[in-house]
Amino acid sequence: MNTSIKSTINKPFSRLLLSTFAACGLLLSSSAQAQLHVDISGVGANQIPIAIASFADETIAPAQVSAIIKADLARSGFFKIIDTGGVLSETSAVNYGDWKSRGADALVVGSVQRLADGRFDVRYRLLDTVKGSQLSALSLTAADARTRVTAHKIADDIYEKLIGARGAFATRIAYVTKAGNEYRLEVADADGEGTNVALRSNEPIISPAWSPDGTRVAYVSFENKKPVVYVQNLVTRQRTVLANYKGSNSAPSWSPDGNRLVLALSRDGSTQSYIVNADGSGLRRLTSSGGIDTEPQFSADGQSIYFTSDRSGGPQIYKMSVAGGEPQRVTFKGAYNISPRVSPDGKTLAYISRRDGTFQLYAMDLSNGQELRLSDTAKDESPSFSPNGKYIMYATETGRRGSLAVVSVDGRVKQRLTTQAGDVREPTWGPFLK
Amino acid sequence: MRISSTLALIIATTILFSACSSTKLDDKPPVVDRSGAGTSQSSVADARSVNPIDAGSTDALNDPKGVLARRSIYFDYDSYVVRDDGKPIIENHAKYLNATKSRKVIIQGNTDDRGGREYNLALGQKRAEAVRKSLSLLGVPESQMEAVSLGKEKPKALGSDETAYGENRRADIVY
Repeated sequence: MNTSIKSTINKPFSRLLLSTFAACGLLLSSSAQAQLHVDISGVGANQIPIAIASFADETIAPAQVSAIIKADLARSGFFKIIDTGGVLSETSAVNYGDWKSRGADALVVGSVQRLADGRFDVRYRLLDTVKGSQLSALSLTAADARTRVTAHKIADDIYEKLIGARGAFATRIAYVTKAGNEYRLEVADADGEGTNVALRSNEPIISPAWSPDGTRVAYVSFENKKPVVYVQNLVTRQRTVLANYKGSNSAPSWSPDGNRLVLALSRDGSTQSYIVNADGSGLRRLTSSGGIDTEPQFSADGQSIYFTSDRSGGPQIYKMSVAGGEPQRVTFKGAYNISPRVSPDGKTLAYISRRDGTFQLYAMDLSNGQELRLSDTAKDESPSFSPNGKYIMYATETGRRGSLAVVSVDGRVKQRLTTQAGDVREPTWGPFLK
Repeated sequence: MRISSTLALIIATTILFSACSSTKLDDKPPVVDRSGAGTSQSSVADARSVNPIDAGSTDALNDPKGVLARRSIYFDYDSYVVRDDGKPIIENHAKYLNATKSRKVIIQGNTDDRGGREYNLALGQKRAEAVRKSLSLLGVPESQMEAVSLGKEKPKALGSDETAYGENRRADIVY
């Protein structure tokens, strides 16, 4: 199994046979019900060789912790997984020299224990084999259904200690599936496992946007024969209409503090961008062109709005102050640039650009305007940054079916998520959760 | 205050009065014509025959062969201007809506499936708005219509060729 992972990861850009590896190699615990499959291609610039032992007694838990950690780290593209071929608990004696000679710079060991109250106590240690020292240790307690999350949290800790940036394995994604006439808004772990349905409808659902606190999703539903913006609390199932004005209501996006949203309304004739409080009060128009000003998005500091406008003819991305004023044009290359998304650090703009008839994902360094094409597919849409800013998830097409893809912001690591039946589209990557 | 309470009194009286009169009508013993029951004295050939009246035919909207049956207005590629072939369709509906104030329409704009969902939603809105403005110029009040967009979400024609694209570059008048 681990050999499969290794060979998959070490063959940059070879995509054949990957779905097989994804199904049986990377997602060891995936059940028949799993909705999304992950394919990987490409590797990071520098891969850290890391040995991950099977955790002592981990088979008593419903999810195999060490396998999930391996899959997470392998998928990130920043690690080369070295097979340990055995079990090592956090209390096992470790011969650092042995691991070093086997090529591992780091070693992960741990154990799973069932507590008297039925929950699981997962303990782990991250060891630096070069220095012969401990880099990190955690003891996490979780209920049955949350052992997957515990494994993702350990992967997050390893990623943070070795890469220096916060891991996003324990985060979640939301997306829309379409199978036959049924549309679903679904929520899953960032690896596509643990799918939950948040909304079922016989009419389209588009533009889901995750609130910064992770409890709510704003989206556009056509269930009333026209686009209406809703906010749904995922925990309480409470659903409120954020905007149902005359005409079309669409493109919701949250402010970084979660108190306000920007959205697009056609209540005054043409599609324009507005700002509104999260409870639907205090609506104020932001843009004032006679054409299209849509897809508004807050900048990372909450002070500016990026949006798509056809004021120069075709669609281009502009930026303006939340307080108002003259918008500044941001994109200049290509005649069609849409769907701006700002990275969490505010330094990078992801967007979709049409060049030679293909719609592809681009990233722009906002400090110098340099752009980088991040995809080689033809029908890309709806980019969404991971909360650590390291990856962008977007919708694309595989074999005429909608699929999701993930690419690292440097373009080197690529993953593909597909469903067994129907289309998957409109991804939004959720925030860090406590 | 005084005016409103006087007004309320008038309204209350009117309601009371009309309520009384309707009670009176209802109190009348029902008139039952038993002349034909059980006998065949009637001059009509067959008193038990039933000849239907089609009330539906009085509303031109329900005539599947009428001019109002055409409710789709097509647009050229990257265009948001009503073509000449769409104008008579809009005129027919304007005439009907002006004559039938109780009717309301929703105008749904559509696009082909190329490009982003949200931008296409805005483009579909432009097509719906073009039809709404044409109806407005022909005297249809805003209260009788709403222009919305379905973008590329509800394609009438599936496929990625010019025939399918052309079919989806469309605004529909929906009653």
